[in-house]
Amino acid sequence: MEHDCSLASGSSGCISERQNSIITTGKNKSRIHCADDSLAGAVSQRACVFCGARVVLNPITDAIHLVHGPIGCATYTWDIRGSLSSDSEMYRHSFSTDLKEKDVVFGGEPKLAACLDEVISKYHPPAVFVYSTCVVGMIGDDIIAVCKDASERHGIDVIPVESSGFLSGNKIVGYRAAAEAIMKLIRPKPGEVIEKTRKLNFLGEYNLGGEKWLIERYLNEIGIEVNVAFTGDSTVAALKQAPGSCLNIVQCTGSMHWVANNLEKEYGIPYMDVNFFGAENTADSLRRIAAFYGDPEIIRKAEVLIERELARITPIIAGYRKKLTGKRAAIYVGGAFKAVALIRQMKDLGMEVVVTGTQTGKQEEYETISGLLSEGTIVVDDANPAEIEKFLLDMKVDVMAGGVKERVLAYKLGIGFVDHNHDRKECLAGFDGAVTFAREVYITTCSPVWKHLKESIGGV
Amino acid sequence: MPEGEVVHTAGKINPVKTCQPIGAMYAALGIHRCLPHSHGSQGCCAYHRMHLTRHFRDPVLASTSSFTEGASVFGGAANLKTAIKNVFEIYKPDIIAVHTTCLSETIGDDLPTIIKQSEVPEGKVVIHANTPSYQGSHITGFSNMVKAMVTYLAARDEETIRKKRVNIIPGFVNPSDMREIKRITSSLGVDMIMFPDTTNVLDSPLTAKYDMYPEGGTTVEEIRDTGNSRLTLALGAWSSNAAGAALMEKCGVPCVPLKVPIGLKATDDLIMTLKEKFDAVVPDDLTLERGQVVDTLIDTHFHYQGKKVAIYGDPDIVVPLVEFVLTMGMIPKYVITGTPGKAFEEQVGAMIEEAGIEDYIVKAEGDLFDLHQWIKEESVDLLIGNTYGKYIARTEDIPLVRVGFPILDRAVHPLMPITGYKGCLRLIEMISNALLERRDRDCLDEDYELVL
Repeated sequence: MEHDCSLASGSSGCISERQNSIITTGKNKSRIHCADDSLAGAVSQRACVFCGARVVLNPITDAIHLVHGPIGCATYTWDIRGSLSSDSEMYRHSFSTDLKEKDVVFGGEPKLAACLDEVISKYHPPAVFVYSTCVVGMIGDDIIAVCKDASERHGIDVIPVESSGFLSGNKIVGYRAAAEAIMKLIRPKPGEVIEKTRKLNFLGEYNLGGEKWLIERYLNEIGIEVNVAFTGDSTVAALKQAPGSCLNIVQCTGSMHWVANNLEKEYGIPYMDVNFFGAENTADSLRRIAAFYGDPEIIRKAEVLIERELARITPIIAGYRKKLTGKRAAIYVGGAFKAVALIRQMKDLGMEVVVTGTQTGKQEEYETISGLLSEGTIVVDDANPAEIEKFLLDMKVDVMAGGVKERVLAYKLGIGFVDHNHDRKECLAGFDGAVTFAREVYITTCSPVWKHLKESIGGV
Repeated sequence: MPEGEVVHTAGKINPVKTCQPIGAMYAALGIHRCLPHSHGSQGCCAYHRMHLTRHFRDPVLASTSSFTEGASVFGGAANLKTAIKNVFEIYKPDIIAVHTTCLSETIGDDLPTIIKQSEVPEGKVVIHANTPSYQGSHITGFSNMVKAMVTYLAARDEETIRKKRVNIIPGFVNPSDMREIKRITSSLGVDMIMFPDTTNVLDSPLTAKYDMYPEGGTTVEEIRDTGNSRLTLALGAWSSNAAGAALMEKCGVPCVPLKVPIGLKATDDLIMTLKEKFDAVVPDDLTLERGQVVDTLIDTHFHYQGKKVAIYGDPDIVVPLVEFVLTMGMIPKYVITGTPGKAFEEQVGAMIEEAGIEDYIVKAEGDLFDLHQWIKEESVDLLIGNTYGKYIARTEDIPLVRVGFPILDRAVHPLMPITGYKGCLRLIEMISNALLERRDRDCLDEDYELVL
């Protein structure tokens, strides 16, 4: 059915140049274009390099995160993640060099140096990350040199993050900038020896709603210790021990594959992709981790845990599935990793996924996504609100999973919404998270409030 | 937080301001069928939309020039021309309001020239404001965009007699406040044009139909016609004076600068100015509302009189708020804004001095680190300000009354006015309840009583 798009009567609400960024599974064999830059004039949902770098590094709890630029970049990214800390709350402060016109004209290096001296002598952090922003890249401040000097002056790691926003509109570039900063931080100093252990590192885990703690509890129960997560609830000291781990498990691939590859190259640590979203994925991931360790006791304990947890949650999820079967879901998230996990979970709940999109998906990831979906599903890269609206209405969606900007859009259309963004507050990982997710989807899809909406349209 | 005496001179720690473009975006949303356009990197636009969405809990749409490295080297002219063409073709707004960012300002894009060279369909308009993030604050950006509305659009039509009508520039306030100011003006029987006006844009009802351009907003035609009004009221010096002055200069409309009508006195001033300039009759309803405020102040004064309060936020909100807490008999011990301007320190200082209070600190262009340090030296009974104060509230165990922008952790705020007499009642309720809740929480069992 064709829905009349309120955004642009007479047009489909979609920009013709964007046709290659939207495919319908099963209908056309063309490959999706996903590496294109957003069009000038698009109401894109994408962000910038700085944003990508900031969300990856910000959860490092005891570091100071100093944004070198005008005030805005620091304000908008002040505590925007739902990452929880078990100790230091330093990362919840917002530090900015607050560049003024004269700094832009004469260069911001002296101010950056002064800020570094001030915050380091005030707070004595174990490390400082210095993020460059658009203007800083434009005027050519040498943040590498300023950081190096400050590092020598104070005897701590002061690490530049090359994240000038204009470098790309694709957050992935920012993930890389963050990844390079992490590698700099954990590289042992000359003469330092990092002892090898049987612990693992958990890459691409940000401890949203305490998810890292939950997975760590599972791993501890089966006899495996976590050294550190990149970067949820991490500390500078724990990150520096990362080279001593025997395995890296990688969850958010967009931000961490490059790191995993480099850790393998530099320190010989193998890695495996894991996924703790949804009960099946969780069980599968635990089994593969146990298999890697190869210890029969670990394997046995993993099976015990999986059996116990599945027995506990299966009836609860079945209860939700009864209520949700046949409902239609849309997914629009940042990365393909999350999209794939969500498709599985929605299907587990008896729902049909009819629209899927991401901001930063790669070609092969889109192929994976298309493979999971039934014929006629819409797959879209870097959608704009006009497109999202059109798909939600055309495909008669009941509930959408997305981020902060999609939430209000879905609500306005009278469609339920479940938050799967990096600022969510709920733990959605593991067996417990599968129940939480089911409950969240149920609450929003079957809320009594929608009845009133229908009444007011019909009656009032 | 670090302990002891701390000198903090460089940069900001926990800012109490943000950058110009978001203010310009908010102002532009107050024009009917306007698409705000951010001339810069994509991230800025995404951040501003997200931040506004978190505060208002409504969709915020804006387009971006999507700068990449190429634009940064060769200038953003091509991006902006393409963007203007695309936006009119696809999103069909009546008007595009372009604001710059620190990046496009640093590159030095010449906006007026680029706009002149752009393809603008018949009957459509493009306006712009220069809003470099390295000057001023979000309030400056709001002010610059409202001024741009005047310089681009307002016109004096010499043929027509001046209309017995007031232009109201409401300042950077919530839609609910704009609604309340309009209600008061209407009840006096005075014809008005409010610009910008975000009512029915960012407080729109749920209809299950999504309109990219909701019903609200001042139309381009109305903004043009402001040049023919008899008078302009500029509410809030930082947000509105520049546009008021521009309208006076361009179209000869006299301008009366007033405070944003928060509190008894500022609301009285608004009403009395309208009464005087338009020979309006104050309706009984308003007189009744005012009487209720005074009655409530008397009924509750012993709950908060003499309590020390720290107030932080945007200057046009903070100034009248300080005036009102003084009316309530409270002691504004620390007052801080992130927006630059010595006038803030002078105005607030004068009001506090006049109330006979000697022990206080007022600071413009401060940050919440400053405020926290002062509080650690000597605490207060209450914090009033935006969500960002919640860290101090928790660490120092001080109740927080959320007022201003942004409020990211509570709902309903943008729908409830703090302006007008109704706003007075709401502020009294929030302030006295916060203090009474605290008293109930902290008191001994034998002091825990039914009637307070």
